[in-house]
Amino acid sequence: MLLVIEQLLNGLQLGITLFLMAAGLTLVFGIMQVINLAHGSFYMIGAYVGATVAAHTGSFLLAMLAAVGAAALVGCVVEILVLRHLYRRQHLDQVLATFGLIMFFNELIRIVWGRQPLFMNVPAGLNKSIELLPGLPYPTYRLVVIAVGLLVALFLWLMFAKTKVGMQIRAGSSNREMIGALGVNINLLYTLVFGLGALLAGLAGVMAGPILAVEPGMGESILILTFVVIVIGGIGSIRGAVAGALLVGMVDTLGRAFLPSLLRTILATATADSVAASLSSMAIYILMAAILVWKPRGLFPAHG
Amino acid sequence: MKKLVIGLCALGLMLPTLGFAVDPVKIGMITTLSTKGGYLGEEIRDGFKLAIDQEGGTLGGMAVELLVEDDGGKPEKGKQIAERYAQKDGVQIMTSIVFSNVAMAVVPKIIKENVLYLSANAGPSELAGSGCDPNYFSVSYQNDNLDEVVGQYVTEVGHKNVYLLAPNYPAGKDHLAGFKRYYKGTIAGEVYTKLDQADYAAEIATIRDAKPEAVFFFLPGGMGINFLKQYAQAGLKQTIPIYGPAFSFDERILDAVGDAALGVKNGSQWTHDLDNPANREFVAAYRKAYNRTPTLYASQGYDTARLLASALKATGGKTDPESLRPAIKKADFASVRGNFSFGNNQHPIQDIYIREVVQTETGFTNKTVKKVFTNHVDAYAKECKM
Repeated sequence: MLLVIEQLLNGLQLGITLFLMAAGLTLVFGIMQVINLAHGSFYMIGAYVGATVAAHTGSFLLAMLAAVGAAALVGCVVEILVLRHLYRRQHLDQVLATFGLIMFFNELIRIVWGRQPLFMNVPAGLNKSIELLPGLPYPTYRLVVIAVGLLVALFLWLMFAKTKVGMQIRAGSSNREMIGALGVNINLLYTLVFGLGALLAGLAGVMAGPILAVEPGMGESILILTFVVIVIGGIGSIRGAVAGALLVGMVDTLGRAFLPSLLRTILATATADSVAASLSSMAIYILMAAILVWKPRGLFPAHG
Repeated sequence: MKKLVIGLCALGLMLPTLGFAVDPVKIGMITTLSTKGGYLGEEIRDGFKLAIDQEGGTLGGMAVELLVEDDGGKPEKGKQIAERYAQKDGVQIMTSIVFSNVAMAVVPKIIKENVLYLSANAGPSELAGSGCDPNYFSVSYQNDNLDEVVGQYVTEVGHKNVYLLAPNYPAGKDHLAGFKRYYKGTIAGEVYTKLDQADYAAEIATIRDAKPEAVFFFLPGGMGINFLKQYAQAGLKQTIPIYGPAFSFDERILDAVGDAALGVKNGSQWTHDLDNPANREFVAAYRKAYNRTPTLYASQGYDTARLLASALKATGGKTDPESLRPAIKKADFASVRGNFSFGNNQHPIQDIYIREVVQTETGFTNKTVKKVFTNHVDAYAKECKM
């Protein structure tokens, strides 16, 4: 039973990280109709800047600020220099251009930081486990990641539901010609949304730094999962991103955790292990296929 | 004035006979310099280049030209590079593929076309057993070796129930098979994770629940960094010791893992503290040239170059595969590993050690703990008909 609770927490934590990535990606796609493959690069930039600042100042808070600042700044620059010229082009051009950006950023990172993975420590004080229930220790840092993710989700909801900018973004996401005609500065709005998306990716990156390897190309592995999340959730919808991220996080974690022992009850151990390994790595794609059969536009489609 | 020009021209014509303009021996290096595994190729290349630089641009007194290309860890890219080397550049000696899947796409084809291949890292079982070939030499190891040594050591230490973890791809299964060949106890669980998986929280929770006496894992590169950090953060490092082959514990990875790897024992055929003259010279020269401690990959690149140097010297400048093969097989060079000779399948017969991750004032590194195998022969040698 304790194991189930622990694995649920693990699933929640993976889901939260995916949500931070997916929120930005889905907004950009929903509002600007741009497929941004380079979203993972902002995650990587967040992690690298965070790790560097943390190594020099020793402060995780400063590292976080620098990481989200750098990611947002790079995001805005990329929007102004590259993506702005692609809005009227077809998806294939956008995919090619943003794929080129991935290679550009990976190479840039290699030139600036070298090929060697960077080290980033867990912030002092969080480098322990808390006994949540008797016999259930859980790393404090992962609990903090969950808390920060939930706060961000709350903040995004407030922003979209209660502020003028949020209203404009929602309007832009359902009808972007009309909002331009109503006199909203659509260029500025696009840059802001893109910067916000990059900022969230940078935040996910810096928070992943102490848990994962900070290395060139780290953005690509999470990018694929992120695309699965926004396809499941419904492209362009924040609510969908929350639901999709939690679903993917849970299915992936629980599949890896419990499929081997479940299968061992009906199969020989060696067979069960190899079947479980293949099944659990397919689980989220099976989930995606099933949901798309049931709801072809995802769980919470943004456009009617 | 005119006479001077003619004189200079005549001098120019004489140069080739003075031996200055003999075509250098071309060595084609195919290695991985980009992507996450890029530092592996960088280490091999730097080790190889160091040996050439120490001889002032020659190997065994022969001028050499080292061509280096990045395969990006992709088999098809490796194949293209090999074809270009063979057809356009006329290269007859190739080396330094990092990953076994790239090696399997490239090597069997080129050795049939009478190109010599000296492996400075990948040692897939397919090329050690019935697929062995006179044109193929592994200077590094057979892939299973570094797991076999850990299997033997874990048994000697007395762990009776061990949990195994590796990525779900052919090399992952090979490495676990290597461990099981020498491990005598029971297996608490055997888990294959997704290749390039980032988060191991689910596996770690399952390990905690299974309560094994020890964990053996093969997770090269970034996967190992992730696993080691998360394992330590989960507080398991103190209660359930972990073991693995050297691939997750080279000096460049250790800097990214920090103290999460401190005290972990791992298996390797080489460590920078091995006490022999060749090794002392290599480690000092490498630190001076590149300002970092060499990893085992750098030692493999260096040994490969020095082995080739010994063969070029022995043949007196003949560079065709027929003349070089017997000279290479003699392995008449001072390896930084100490004992080194080739078995019938042209894979190393060498000593293999257990080492421990320690912290020094310059950072995290390894310290040799124990020689477990002396003159170890790989398990596939007897299937090789050579």
